[in-house]
Amino acid sequence: MARIQHEAAFSPPRKQVRPRQKRRTFRKMVVPWLFVLPILLLHLVVVAGPSIAAVYYAMTDWSGIGPAEFIGLQNFQRLFFEDMTFRRAFRNNVVWLGIFLTVPFLLALLSATLLAPVQRGGMLFRSALFLPYILPSVITANIWRNLLSPTLGLGAQLAKAGVPGLDRAFLGLPSTSLYAIAFVDNWHFWGFLMVLLLAAMQNIAPDLYHAARIDGANRWQEFRHVTLPGIRPTLVFLLLMTAIWSFLVFDYVWILTQGGPAGSSEVLGTWLYKNAFNRFEAGYAAAIGLTMSSFAILIVGVFAVLRRKGWEI
Amino acid sequence: MLRPRRKLSLAPNYLILGLLVVFALGPLVILMFNSLKSSAEIAQNPIGPPRALAWSNFPRAWTIGDFAVTTRNSGILVVGTVTGVLTLGGLAAYSLARLRLPGDNFLMLYLLVVSTLPVWLYLVPLFFLWKNLGLLNSRLGLILIYIPLNAPFAIFLLRSYMVGLPVDFEDAARVDGANELQVFTRVVLPLSWPGFLTVGLVVALGVWSEFPLALIFVNDPDKFPVATSFFKFTSRFSRDWSLTSAAAVMMLAPILVIFLALQRRFIDGLTQGGLKG
Repeated sequence: MARIQHEAAFSPPRKQVRPRQKRRTFRKMVVPWLFVLPILLLHLVVVAGPSIAAVYYAMTDWSGIGPAEFIGLQNFQRLFFEDMTFRRAFRNNVVWLGIFLTVPFLLALLSATLLAPVQRGGMLFRSALFLPYILPSVITANIWRNLLSPTLGLGAQLAKAGVPGLDRAFLGLPSTSLYAIAFVDNWHFWGFLMVLLLAAMQNIAPDLYHAARIDGANRWQEFRHVTLPGIRPTLVFLLLMTAIWSFLVFDYVWILTQGGPAGSSEVLGTWLYKNAFNRFEAGYAAAIGLTMSSFAILIVGVFAVLRRKGWEI
Repeated sequence: MLRPRRKLSLAPNYLILGLLVVFALGPLVILMFNSLKSSAEIAQNPIGPPRALAWSNFPRAWTIGDFAVTTRNSGILVVGTVTGVLTLGGLAAYSLARLRLPGDNFLMLYLLVVSTLPVWLYLVPLFFLWKNLGLLNSRLGLILIYIPLNAPFAIFLLRSYMVGLPVDFEDAARVDGANELQVFTRVVLPLSWPGFLTVGLVVALGVWSEFPLALIFVNDPDKFPVATSFFKFTSRFSRDWSLTSAAAVMMLAPILVIFLALQRRFIDGLTQGGLKG
C-alpha cells in the first residue's frame, strides 16, 4: 500500500524535562529499546534483510529452488542489452510516469481550485471525489472492464445513441491497452491528490486573495500568483511521491491485461512477476527489482539532498 | 462589497464539480445497478437502472464466490494485522515520543528510508525465505508481512499524536509507581485512542483491499482473502456481469459503510495524517 511518509520525521520528539527522577541506566537505555525491538526485528526480517539479500541474488543465476550460482553482472548485461521485453516494459513505465505526473495533477488542481472557495456542500464534494480512492484495485478494475466493453460498455451505448468511435476494445488493442489501464488507475487515484492539494489551498491566508483582488487580478492570475506559490511544497512532494509509486505499478496492469496483448502493456512490475513466479528466473527477477528500486531510491535521494540544501519541499 | 460578486461567481464551480462527481461516482452507481439486474436484462440494459430487481444475484455470488470462506480469511488478516500494527507500532511510537530513546533519530531515519524501499526490491528473497520457513499459503505468513509494511506509517502518526498529549497524567502515574508499560497501557493508550482508531481504519482498509502480496504468497483457495478470490472469480465469470457485480458490491459494502460513517477521520488518516503528522 503506497503511502506518504512524514515530513516531520527528521525532527526529534519534544523532550520533557523531568528533573525529579534519577533513573538508572537500565531504565534509561534499555527499556526504551524494549518497546521498539519487536517491530524493529520484524521489519529487519521482512524488509531490510531481504533487501540486502536481493543485491546478492541479483548477481546470481537462481531458479529459486536449488542453490544460487554467482554470475557477477551478467543479469544486468542481459537486462540492458538483450532483453527486448525489459526495454519495452521500461518504455511503458516512462510513458506511464508521464501520464501520472500530468493528468491526475491537472484534474486535482482544477477540482481543488474550484472547491477551495465553496462553503456550502464543500465537504460533500470532497468526500464524493475522494471515494474512488478507497475502492480496492480488483473492484475498480472490474467496474471499468465492464464499462470499457466494446459491446455493452459506455462506448457501445454512445454508438447506439449516434456517437460512434468509442465502441472499441480499448483494453484489448495493443495500441491503446496501456492508456486504457492508465485511465482506470487514474480514475481511482486523482481524488487523493485533490484532497491533499485542497488542504494546502485552504491553508493559504485569505488576505493574500483579498490583496490580489484589490490589485485587480483575474482568476488565472490569482491561481498563478497566490494559489500556486502557496501549495508549492505540497505539490512538489506529491509529484515526487507519485513518481515513485507510479514507477512501481503492478495491480491494475496485472488485473486488466497481465501485460498484454502482445506485451503492449508490459511494465517492469509484471515482467518481474513473470520471471520470478512463472519462468523460474528468481535471480533475474531480483535484478529487475533492483533496477526498478534504484529509480525510486534515486528520487528519494534527490529529494533529501534538495531539502538539505534548503529547498522548501 | 466583494461578497455578492463572489457568491454569484461560484455557479461555474458547482457545475464543473458536479460533472466531476458524476465522473467519480457514476461508475459506482452503475455497478450497484448491475448487481441488481438479471443477466438477460444486462444484455439489453447494461448501464441504466434495473427494471426488475434480481436480489438472487447476491446469494448466488456469495455461494459461487465462496464468500463464507474468503470473508473469514480476510477478517483474520485484518484483525491480525491491525492488532499487530497497533500493539507493536503503539509501543514503538510511545518509546519515540516519550522515553528519550537513545538513537531515536537513527531509528526514525531507518523507518523513513527503509519503508520507502519498494516491495519489488525485496519480494523475491522474501518469497523464498517464507517458502523455507513454511509461511507460504498461510494467513499468519501474510500477517507477518503486512505488519511491518504498515508499521512505519502507524509509528509516525501515533508518535506525533502522543507528542501532543499533556505529560502530567503520565508523570502522576509514574509517581504512583507505575512502570513504563503500565503508563503506556493505562494512561497513554486511553488518551490517544483517536490516533489508534485512525491507524486501525487505514490499515484495515489496506489489508482488506491488498492484492499483489496476497496473490503471490497465497495459492491455496481455502486461504484466499476476498481480493484475490474476487480476482479469480471475475476471470472465471467475466461474462456474467450480474454475478461479478453482486460479488463486487459485497466486497465493497463494509468499506462503504465505514467510510460513510467516519468520512473525515478516514480521509484525514489516508492523507494528512501521513503527510503532516
